[in-house]
Amino acid sequence: MSERFQDIRERLGIPRLIIIGFVLLLFVTAYATGMSIGPLVSASLVRIGMNGILVLAMVPTITAGVGLNFGLSVGILCGLVGSLISMELRIRGFSGFFAAILFSMPLAVVAGWAYAKLLNKVKGQEMMVGTYVGFSMVALMCIFWLAAPFSSPEMVWAYGGQGLRYTLTLDNYFGKVLNNFLLVSIGQWEFPLGLFGFFGLLCLLVHLFFRTKLGMAVKAAGANPRFAEASGIDPDRTRTMGVIMSTVLGAIGIIVYAQSYGFLQLYMAPQMMGFPAIAAILIGGANLRDARIPHVLLGTALFQTLLTIALPVTSRVIEGDISEVARLIISNGMILYALTRRDGREVA
Amino acid sequence: MKTQGAVLPRQRGIDISLLKKNAVPLLFAALCILGVMVSGMDPSFLLYEIITRFSRNSFLVLALLIPVSAGLGLNFAITIGAMAGQIAIVTITHYQIKGLNGLLWAMALSVPLAVAMGYLAGMVMNRAKGREMITSMILGFFANGLYQLLFLFLVGTVIPMKNRAMMLPEGVGLRNTVDLYGVARALDKLWRINIGGIWIPMGTLLVVALLCVVLQYFMRTRLGQEMRAVGQDRHIAEVAGIDVDRIRIIAMIFSTVLAAWGQLIFLQNISTLNTYNSHEQVGTFAVAALLVGGATATRASIWQALVGLLLFHTLFVVSPQAGQALFGIPQIGEYFRVFVAYGVIAVALALHSWQSRSK
Repeated sequence: MSERFQDIRERLGIPRLIIIGFVLLLFVTAYATGMSIGPLVSASLVRIGMNGILVLAMVPTITAGVGLNFGLSVGILCGLVGSLISMELRIRGFSGFFAAILFSMPLAVVAGWAYAKLLNKVKGQEMMVGTYVGFSMVALMCIFWLAAPFSSPEMVWAYGGQGLRYTLTLDNYFGKVLNNFLLVSIGQWEFPLGLFGFFGLLCLLVHLFFRTKLGMAVKAAGANPRFAEASGIDPDRTRTMGVIMSTVLGAIGIIVYAQSYGFLQLYMAPQMMGFPAIAAILIGGANLRDARIPHVLLGTALFQTLLTIALPVTSRVIEGDISEVARLIISNGMILYALTRRDGREVA
Repeated sequence: MKTQGAVLPRQRGIDISLLKKNAVPLLFAALCILGVMVSGMDPSFLLYEIITRFSRNSFLVLALLIPVSAGLGLNFAITIGAMAGQIAIVTITHYQIKGLNGLLWAMALSVPLAVAMGYLAGMVMNRAKGREMITSMILGFFANGLYQLLFLFLVGTVIPMKNRAMMLPEGVGLRNTVDLYGVARALDKLWRINIGGIWIPMGTLLVVALLCVVLQYFMRTRLGQEMRAVGQDRHIAEVAGIDVDRIRIIAMIFSTVLAAWGQLIFLQNISTLNTYNSHEQVGTFAVAALLVGGATATRASIWQALVGLLLFHTLFVVSPQAGQALFGIPQIGEYFRVFVAYGVIAVALALHSWQSRSK
């Protein structure tokens, strides 16, 4: 029995066990204080589907050997521009949602390509450079939001001010379209099957991609660039593939996130959006060199459930909103843990 | 050690002329001059703003120099030092120790805190060799979470503290802003001279000058030499009998203590503490200022720090006005300066990594 526990401990690692324990503790507290579990679980499910694709975006870069994509905001910004174009053209409902994805796609491919070119020149420092490329792009796009030629009165400041509003409501466009699609409710329990279906489809596509010949090459070059080079694969090319995929997934991810949230957040809002995604995949068991779909699923489920139920549950026990502070500590603690693990490789 | 040896060494005859060597500060100097001309600001106001910002920020930027020379790169975790300083200043404000006396107490009090935090930070850095910078940045975010936990939830519950002026009405947690009237400008007021209607805080500038001299001297001591050796090549230093991990921890401790004092100097000038925000941008702005001066992640001098500070803050002051004058929207200038701060870090890190690989 103790051997078995040790096996579990080794496979999951201490931080993951703490987080699993924490989630269970929250559920027990909720049950003990007489809260109904149904709404808590339903809210968590929505949050999992809403954030999952952003977490999935970490898989291609890690697999391609680029590491965690700290510059995910590059993709997020493309998704935001795509959504704005879709709104400006007043495309509503599902067509608006797909139009947003369609418009953002070419942007994400181009931006991802340029971003990859840069990352290929700074091997070993991709995370640091990526972070600040992301930050500076967010700041640069703030100027774009101010000066961009959008005219829809629901999008620009109502009076006096110039440029787009800080948050745009999606109610009349594609807000909640995916959330409400195939929403099955049984009593207090709600299952957003449409949202999950879309997330699952993208997971499947990524999974299938890594089984194609090209995907295998990306994987091989990520694991051992020198060996791959010897067998005729150009690691720079496969890394570029990985970064472009990640950027495209980031763009789709933010559109799904925004439709679920009901608002499009502009200006400095996207700056830190990559960090919870990074934390989630690490919580799921990924490390700087290895990330797979199960890590995405487990990590998103654990992290988002924790964040969703922490506030309503803890507010029954202590005063004040501790969930924001908990999010800061857990997500950054998890990233710190991954960065300080000795993985037998020192970067020059 | 170059583990990236697979990359073919590129032969590029870079002959570094003086112009090329100082390309970054020169570019920013041009940008500053342009900004000053476009904004049309009152020169004496501009000068006053720049001197004030220069005097209150320089200590924080200088705190970055030691880790750079010890090979730890740009220490984004100086935010942790700033937090230590803020904990100290909250304490002396609570006990109502005022004036220069209060500031000195805060400086003394911040030392054990900063030493302990710097020690821990150094241990974390030693486990993350080769990716110190990203680790220091995340460490700063992580510590920020703990700091918020302390001042939002533990003060008033676990830590007994009662102070109506400083705390939230419920008695748990600190207010968003704490008035520091007790130590307001305690150092700045010590010795000020008036040149052409502009008050110059000589006391603060003198402390900064003193730090520069001490840093210069320190680098010549045995410990300073060892740090440089570690910074140049960890493995050779190890072979030469230097305890590399210990030296790196000491460098982090020095940096954290200096950052704590730097934040105290900053706060006495600002005179109010934004409990939950004052420290957040400390790392980014200090690093950006240093890089604007032409420093890199492995080479940074006192002069680069001082020149960078002047240029970065000039740009900071004139940006909104320049944005207003050029585009009619002041926010464009504000976002532009945020873009410059982040952008200069991105470009400097990318260039540095690029160059060190093609060597």
